[in-house]
Amino acid sequence: MQTLIFRTTAPYICALMILFSIFVCLRGHNEPGGGFIGGLIAASAFAVFGISNGVIAVRKSIVIHPMAIAGFGLLFGVCTCVASLFFEQPFFTGQWLFVDAFGVTVALSTPMFFDIGVYFVVVGTMTTIALALEEDSH
Amino acid sequence: MEISIDLTMAGLFTPFVAAMFAPLLVKRLGANAAWPLALVPAFLFGHYALMLGEVSQNEIITGGVQWIPTLGVNFSWLIDGLSLTFAMLITGIGALIIIYSGAYLKDHEYLGRFLAFILLFMGAMQGLVLSDSFLMLFVFWELTSIASFLLIGFDHKNEAARRAALQALLVTGLGGLSLLAGLIVVWNITGVREMSLLLATGETLRESPFYLLAFILVLGGAFTKSAQFPLHFWLPNAMEAPTPVSAYLHSATMVKAGVYLLMRLNPVMGDTVPWETILPVFGTLTLAIGSLLAVRQTDLKLMLAYTTVASLGLLVLLVGIGTEKAISAAVLYLIAHCLFKGALFMVAGAIDHEAGTRDITKLGGLRKAMPITFAAAFIAALSMGSLFPLYGFIAKEEIYYALSALWPVYGWVLIIAILANALMFGVAFGIGLKPFLGAEIKTPKFAHDGPIGLLIGPMVLALAGLVAGLFWATSHFYFANPTASAVSGDVVMITTGIVPKLNVAFALSLLTIALGMLAYWKLDMLRIAMARIVTTFGWEPDRGFDQFMSGAITVSVALTKATQSGRFERYMTITFILLACTLLLPMTFAGELPAWPAFPVARYYDWVMVLIAAVGILAVVLTRDRLTAIVSLGIQGFAVAIIYLLYGAPDVSLTQFMVETLSVVILALVMTKLKLTIEDHRPNREKSIDFAIAAAVGIGFMLLLFKVLEGRLDLVLPQFFEEFSYAVAHGRNIVNVILVDFRGVDTLGEIGVVMVAGLAILALIGIRALRGDTAISEGKQL
Repeated sequence: MQTLIFRTTAPYICALMILFSIFVCLRGHNEPGGGFIGGLIAASAFAVFGISNGVIAVRKSIVIHPMAIAGFGLLFGVCTCVASLFFEQPFFTGQWLFVDAFGVTVALSTPMFFDIGVYFVVVGTMTTIALALEEDSH
Repeated sequence: MEISIDLTMAGLFTPFVAAMFAPLLVKRLGANAAWPLALVPAFLFGHYALMLGEVSQNEIITGGVQWIPTLGVNFSWLIDGLSLTFAMLITGIGALIIIYSGAYLKDHEYLGRFLAFILLFMGAMQGLVLSDSFLMLFVFWELTSIASFLLIGFDHKNEAARRAALQALLVTGLGGLSLLAGLIVVWNITGVREMSLLLATGETLRESPFYLLAFILVLGGAFTKSAQFPLHFWLPNAMEAPTPVSAYLHSATMVKAGVYLLMRLNPVMGDTVPWETILPVFGTLTLAIGSLLAVRQTDLKLMLAYTTVASLGLLVLLVGIGTEKAISAAVLYLIAHCLFKGALFMVAGAIDHEAGTRDITKLGGLRKAMPITFAAAFIAALSMGSLFPLYGFIAKEEIYYALSALWPVYGWVLIIAILANALMFGVAFGIGLKPFLGAEIKTPKFAHDGPIGLLIGPMVLALAGLVAGLFWATSHFYFANPTASAVSGDVVMITTGIVPKLNVAFALSLLTIALGMLAYWKLDMLRIAMARIVTTFGWEPDRGFDQFMSGAITVSVALTKATQSGRFERYMTITFILLACTLLLPMTFAGELPAWPAFPVARYYDWVMVLIAAVGILAVVLTRDRLTAIVSLGIQGFAVAIIYLLYGAPDVSLTQFMVETLSVVILALVMTKLKLTIEDHRPNREKSIDFAIAAAVGIGFMLLLFKVLEGRLDLVLPQFFEEFSYAVAHGRNIVNVILVDFRGVDTLGEIGVVMVAGLAILALIGIRALRGDTAISEGKQL
């Protein structure tokens, strides 16, 4: 499917999709979205990029092996669950920090970071599968 | 005490954090990274040392946090004499081992990984001995097995190492499951799940009719971990690991976990007939077999490994006998053994590293080439041979004192102990003296003393044995007395010191030494004799393990062949037939079929979407071309997603869009990858059967949904989430709040599953690509 038009536009589409996926992931707590759906969008972006420009291009551009990204996500998710133990609260209790910056209140919380962990797991796993399938045998 | 408690909590996590940074540090600093990394256990050692004063007064330090209060699970620790002594041995020897590893594996490409594994193990072992809650104990127990697996199989290109790693994992892992069952039984009997509470339950456990069950299950854990006969075989095989691992895990710390468990449970489980029979019998058997097989070996590490098996047997039998003297003897010998065995293993590694061989018949006259190693080896061997004035001497005096006091009840134990100790004496000097004396034998490498990193470890541990012996009153006060008190559940004061008293125990010590010297003198002869006995005997438990494994594989292959056709169509057919039955049968037979609902009132654009979906489905059914079918399925999916959107579920709709997109992409890729024929070639008969199954499932789901809509919607949960989503969890998107907060543990499990599934798919695709290649047959070996 390496048509000229597709190959030229794919990187832009991919970049937009990834930006959108981050947006969707971060706004998830109050608006439709979240880590899972964000992860799926980003994974589709990589899949599209892989179809247009080849698997090697994708692997080069994301540097880290996607499975390692997924592993990081899982570890990160677990870390956010354990965080509450250090405040002498039960496992997985959400910790909230409201920061005022530039006139806006930004909520930083362990559920949000957990959602980011979910994002990474989904991106990593789905990208791994897609890239492995796109790769030619041998 | 507030600060100390928090430090302990941090200390429990520190080794794991350090493990994460170890590979990075090695990348930066090379082998020198061992020095800063050794600071981690060194600091922990210092932290525990500060507790000595308090614990030596037989005080108990506990602490922790509620982990999952709704399930009553706590993250809690218990520091008494027993756990503190263990914790200090683990962190102290750990620091030395890390320094030693830096020198031993200096130019190894995976040094970072190795140090990470060692730190992982250290964290697990430290957690194991400090755990108060049963759950934590079990988790850390299994984690030590996993760390041991990783370390034994460190040289993963070596088949023997892989086999040994798997063997150790299976044996100790099965034991861990047995321990879990045992702890659950204990919990059910006593109603507590914290060690500190259990120790206060008195006679409850011993008087329970389920005592024997709990006892046997706990033994399953202790005997596998501490390599008791006939499950001892994994320990000598574990010598495939690099020497620092053998010194640390497989002599000084991990294999003592079983003994630790028995000691911990002694106050509530000991002093019963099964305890005082089973433990001494298996312990003595292990002692005898371990020491006999040690004599037979020529490899320094294997000699040490079998004496470790023997020593573990000795410890188990002493705990089993359970008199105050026997407990004190077990504690003294435990500490002595950690020190001298750790040192001797590091010596064996240093000889191997610098001389190029560790075959005792090919070594000799190294005293000039390796004087410092020789000194450390000799002092450690003195302690192992229990000679004056080393710590091992006190231990052996106490052992003989305990055993001879019970004469003639445990007479056979005493006789075997004397003979086994004599053999171990012979082996001790076979390692600590023989390679260094006599004529110089040319070694594969030009032998000389190792770098400082290889010398610190054995030297410090050997000298620790000397210092602990010379200043016995102090070492008893801080270590042996509090530990023995914790094990026996009463205040114990050990009186045996370094000054020999003229009593039966001393006479027996002299007898042991005399026999031991004979054993040392005739070591070569004994070795040949033992080798002959072992060969005539033929079968050994290690072979038994192979037979067991091949049996298990045969059974599972037969079972798989009988139940798995390997044809995807068959699986799909069975799954969907079962699904249809599950949906339709209960509704039909319970007479709960729904009434036909009224014709729905919907907006025209809803109908348009339904129409598009129907067209998509029709295309899927009618087309012969597979790719078209896949894309048409996507049309149907998108239409459904839009319907979700129209009915106010943007979240579900968004997810549906993405899932549809990705499944079309992935299905298309799979199709090209698997090189399926482009066209569907099922005969008509098969097609009609498939159609019937599909229709049954479809109708089933339809009826189910009708039925669901008939009932009144239960609004308890929606109301709860609406009420608390923003008030408690600060989120307006209820779906997301449920996912990441209210039911976050589910999500945590799910992302774990997602990742494992991804790994499995990756492996499957990889296997397909490699089919017929040689690489795959290598992976299948056991």
